Amino acid sequence: MKPAPFAYHRAHSVAEAVALLAELGEEAKILAGGLSLVPMMNFRLARPTALVDVSRIDGLSYLRADAADAAGLRIGALTTHRTVETSRDPAVLNGFGVLPRSARWIGHYPIRSRGTFGGSIAHADPASEWCLLAVLLAARIMLTGPDGQRTVPAADFFEGYYSTAAAPDEMITEIWFPEPAERAALTEFAPRQGDFAVVAAAVSVDVADGVCRSGRVVLGGVGPLPVEVNADPLSGQPATAATWQAMGEHAAGQIDPPDDAHGDAGFRRRLTATLVSRALAEASQPGDEVQA
Amino acid sequence: MTGWIGAALPRKEDRRMLLGRGRFVGDLTRPGLLHAAFVRSPHAHALVNKIDGTAASQAPGVERLFTAESLGCPYLLAMLERDEFVPTAMPILAGEKVRFVGEPVAVVIADDAYRAEDAAELVEVDWDPQPAVASMETATAAGAPRLHDHGNCLVDLLMFDDDRLPEIFAGAAVTVSATFSSARVAALPLEGRACLAEWDDRDDQLVMHVSTQVPHQVRSGVAQALGLPERSIRVIAPDVGGGFGLKCVVGREEVAVAAAALRLRRPVRWTEDRQENLTAAFHGHEQRYRVKAAFSQDGRILGLDAEIDCDTGAYSVFPFTCAVEPLMAATELPGVYKVPAYRARGRAIATNKAPAAPYRGVSRPQIVLVMERLMEKAAAALEIGPLQVRRANLIGKHEFPYTGVNKITYDEGSYRESLDLAEQIVTEKAWAADRDRLRSAGLRAGIGYACFSERTAYGTPTMSQRRMRMTPGYDTALVRMDPTGEVIVTTGTCGHGQGHETTFAQIVADRLGVHPGQVRLRQGDTDLASYGWGTWGSRSVVIGGGAAGRAADVVAGQLRKIAASQLEASPADIELAEGVARVRGDDHASIPIPELARLVHFQAHRLAEDLRYGLEARATFDPPGTFSNACHVAMVVVDPGTCAIRLRRYLVVEDCGVVINPMVVDGQVRGGVTQGAAAALLERVRFDPEGQPVSATLMDYLAPTAAEMCAVDIVHLQTPSQFSETGAKGMGEGGTIGAPAAVLGAINDALSDTDVRFDHIPVLPQDLSAALNQAGAVP
Amino acid sequence: MKDMHAISLKVNGREHELVVEARRTLADMLRHDLGYTGTHLGCEHGICGACTVVLDGAPVRACLVFGVQADGAEVRTVEGLADGEQLSDLQQAFSDHHALQCGFCTPGFLMLAEAYLAEDATQLTEARARELVAANLCRCTGYQGIIEAVLATARARRPGRKPADEP
Repeated sequence: MKPAPFAYHRAHSVAEAVALLAELGEEAKILAGGLSLVPMMNFRLARPTALVDVSRIDGLSYLRADAADAAGLRIGALTTHRTVETSRDPAVLNGFGVLPRSARWIGHYPIRSRGTFGGSIAHADPASEWCLLAVLLAARIMLTGPDGQRTVPAADFFEGYYSTAAAPDEMITEIWFPEPAERAALTEFAPRQGDFAVVAAAVSVDVADGVCRSGRVVLGGVGPLPVEVNADPLSGQPATAATWQAMGEHAAGQIDPPDDAHGDAGFRRRLTATLVSRALAEASQPGDEVQA
Repeated sequence: MTGWIGAALPRKEDRRMLLGRGRFVGDLTRPGLLHAAFVRSPHAHALVNKIDGTAASQAPGVERLFTAESLGCPYLLAMLERDEFVPTAMPILAGEKVRFVGEPVAVVIADDAYRAEDAAELVEVDWDPQPAVASMETATAAGAPRLHDHGNCLVDLLMFDDDRLPEIFAGAAVTVSATFSSARVAALPLEGRACLAEWDDRDDQLVMHVSTQVPHQVRSGVAQALGLPERSIRVIAPDVGGGFGLKCVVGREEVAVAAAALRLRRPVRWTEDRQENLTAAFHGHEQRYRVKAAFSQDGRILGLDAEIDCDTGAYSVFPFTCAVEPLMAATELPGVYKVPAYRARGRAIATNKAPAAPYRGVSRPQIVLVMERLMEKAAAALEIGPLQVRRANLIGKHEFPYTGVNKITYDEGSYRESLDLAEQIVTEKAWAADRDRLRSAGLRAGIGYACFSERTAYGTPTMSQRRMRMTPGYDTALVRMDPTGEVIVTTGTCGHGQGHETTFAQIVADRLGVHPGQVRLRQGDTDLASYGWGTWGSRSVVIGGGAAGRAADVVAGQLRKIAASQLEASPADIELAEGVARVRGDDHASIPIPELARLVHFQAHRLAEDLRYGLEARATFDPPGTFSNACHVAMVVVDPGTCAIRLRRYLVVEDCGVVINPMVVDGQVRGGVTQGAAAALLERVRFDPEGQPVSATLMDYLAPTAAEMCAVDIVHLQTPSQFSETGAKGMGEGGTIGAPAAVLGAINDALSDTDVRFDHIPVLPQDLSAALNQAGAVP
Repeated sequence: MKDMHAISLKVNGREHELVVEARRTLADMLRHDLGYTGTHLGCEHGICGACTVVLDGAPVRACLVFGVQADGAEVRTVEGLADGEQLSDLQQAFSDHHALQCGFCTPGFLMLAEAYLAEDATQLTEARARELVAANLCRCTGYQGIIEAVLATARARRPGRKPADEP
């Protein structure tokens, strides 16, 4: 299981990476953590003619509050999952605590130490945690290409299984979460701890005085993209287990999930109902505020 | 004789492994080393019209390409001397036909492993795909495509019959009928197969370093396939990274690499990759049992009838043949229970899948699952407690040696005692209260038991009942003391993680009165060891260790006589202990053992003639076999919302006779339980209807991690074996044998308030979800 | 033509300079070009963790990293754990707790534990230790000995604890 030959290029800056991608053509791929790409190369299912290694570019690993609008969070594309997981920064924990809490679902410790936020978004596995949370929290993906920078809303960025709106000569540089979500949660079911999710549910709720004013539910593993289901059954309902369960059943009824080795559609519906309900219960609990 | 026996001595093997200085086949270096990559069939069943290696042969770095034709169409042929057996020669490289996805048709030899793979992709093969047979049902249907010239049933053995059975069934209080099945699984050693072959001009020998459990059988297989005398082949198993039965058969790739090295007169190495290991190596345990059992009102079995089918894949493995699983199953199904009337038919069915090899436990995980499920079903039908039904049937201590209806004689074990003790511990540790608490919290939880015996250390007479042309069993050890009193032991066994370097040293050191640190075991080299049978079937400590003990006794006898002559005492009064030979009861009359060794080697003239020369001896051990036993208890929790099934508690009460090293025994139990539990919860090798492997990577084939396991508590009973030189019994497979039944039992107990029951493994969350939906049961 | 790159790196503190083909994995480079055969290959798709080494302080699966990517980096492998012939506390704990049988997966577990304990030895509970150990595959041991060895090492390394001679 040795990969096919390719030309290796190390980029020292985003500009250089983009220039290399343009020069090398569509068969060139970005190499960041390599955890999704290299196994495919070792199986010879992926045969890029060239790799542009961006993993040593400085200045792309960060978690920082918006300068202009202090409510948002900007994540550099090369930030590792582990960095997110272990962040104690109030800018992250206050309002975006769902991110570090969800990081623990990603693989195992060595995977999280090497895999990157941008890499996950670029890989676009519809059941992956960052893709779901990007859609849930209306994140914006910042791309740099030969013609400059552009921003794509997460909901428009994912186009299908492992397929995104990024052009072959563009590089993700930042993922921007403009709006915090005080009460958000993600939970999933996987065959073993650390495996890819069969179904994942990412939710956020707006709860005040024991009433759920509104909420959002995004599902992974039920189709080629993260799927936002209609969350009307949450509006104006008491913030109780009965409401969460009803929403879970409602979500299960809205999806048309695939059959595969990990389960048939009926199983995925059961998982959806359970996971949505549990995620809502978790999200509705107030998080711990961290003082700066 | 209890100096070192029973000591939890730290393992001698550990040091080099911890330092990263293990020597595995992939670690070896050779000047001019060439690398082999195989061209493998993408079709499950196809004729091979033409192989065009032109482009591949001209690719950068390629030394040569070999096909069946260019090697002279060598093959391995495993034979069973039975009319009901259909032999299937396994070509080293398939020539005219391929019979499973991954079957090799050519091998490319290149100067680097990457380039070898590049070149292998350039080989063009003109395939003529045929309809594939991907299941036993398809294989045995009328008009089924044939893999070989004969039909797809490769062995059909009515091993036992009893014409009283129809009447027994007619008159029984309860008859239980059921079909049980288990999925195909992969042995999955962390090190795949590997072989480095080179010609040695000086010794006029092909030297093969192989990651194998059976070095002598590799030698015999290569000799047979390539038409060489055995003395011109030397097989060395260096450090081997696990085997579990995958490596106790000879691989065709090993022979191909040997042939290439012979032709090229250059060293050639192949290291299997994981994709090959999961698809094109060997599998096991895909079996189906259609069983009927008659029970009396008080729960005793009156009769048992079993039709056993084993999916054996495309060929018989060498040397065990495709009969290994059905023979084991049909012969040993009654297990620890007294079955008065028995019929069993075992079949091996060929399918377009990789061949089945004797994976850990062979058919015993399956037969234990069957018997334990029968006990549970009978208990439900009779409204008796399931443990009570078991007790009504277990062979009791006063009944040993017990000769069963299957003509096996069971030596003394603790079948009832281990169940009693397990139940006692489960009660003391309040398992039932834990389960009930979980149930009231809205979860499902269940407890399952499995009682079983494990036949181990089969000697030649026992193995001969199978009628293999190459009948295994015995093993021979050489024990040799050097002039400084240190000892080398060689045996024909071939450890790959079982701690033989430590346990055999304990046995020998005990007999010789030295420290195990002074005893070095050399295994795995066919030039050093007398012909032996390797390590599998839980045989090594009993047979290899037993032979070593006997050889050590001979050397000890010589030491005693020399000491006696020096100390003017009688040999019977001399004891060897703590590094000295001394007169029993007299601390002043002693000689250090190294001094005795020095005398023998360097002052031979001072000794009486019959005491001279070489402190060394060779001894063979060939026992009938001996049964260890255990009782496993498992608790599982089911999350009703997701149907996730998790292990919560696990207890093993096991009896392997005299324990040489309890730490090593516990490690074997825990590793085996992990494999067995995973067989019940996670693992399955899958094919689509066209015979295409679906579980070709570790992302699809789910091996257990630490997170899927809970702590395994182990309690030892010790019923010494009268058939074992040391009183020890084998036990390496027990964990794998009992765990599937215990876990399945726990799952079924967790569903006890529904009509849903499972009689197959694995039980996956999606299976549970579908079954509960169908039954309209509340999850 | 192979895409070759001249690189230099440190392995266990020792400088190396060599020329490698772009696609040569870090695992193969360490094993075959530099002679550090302690790192083993169990799957070559990043699941089993037998090839785990520490690259610039972080645990990585060497089968998923190309050798050329380690240019200018510091790599630690199993060969660098011992102090000469003296086993480290972690290595000794593996032996004490029977955390290995065939030994093939062992270097990967050692480096996994080493990397984690370097980050955070103090907070390791049994549950966390089991979760950590779940990152790699072992087929022989059933994991219990590995978990115990890692826990014992973590406990002994806690600040305020005496060094190895404490029982």
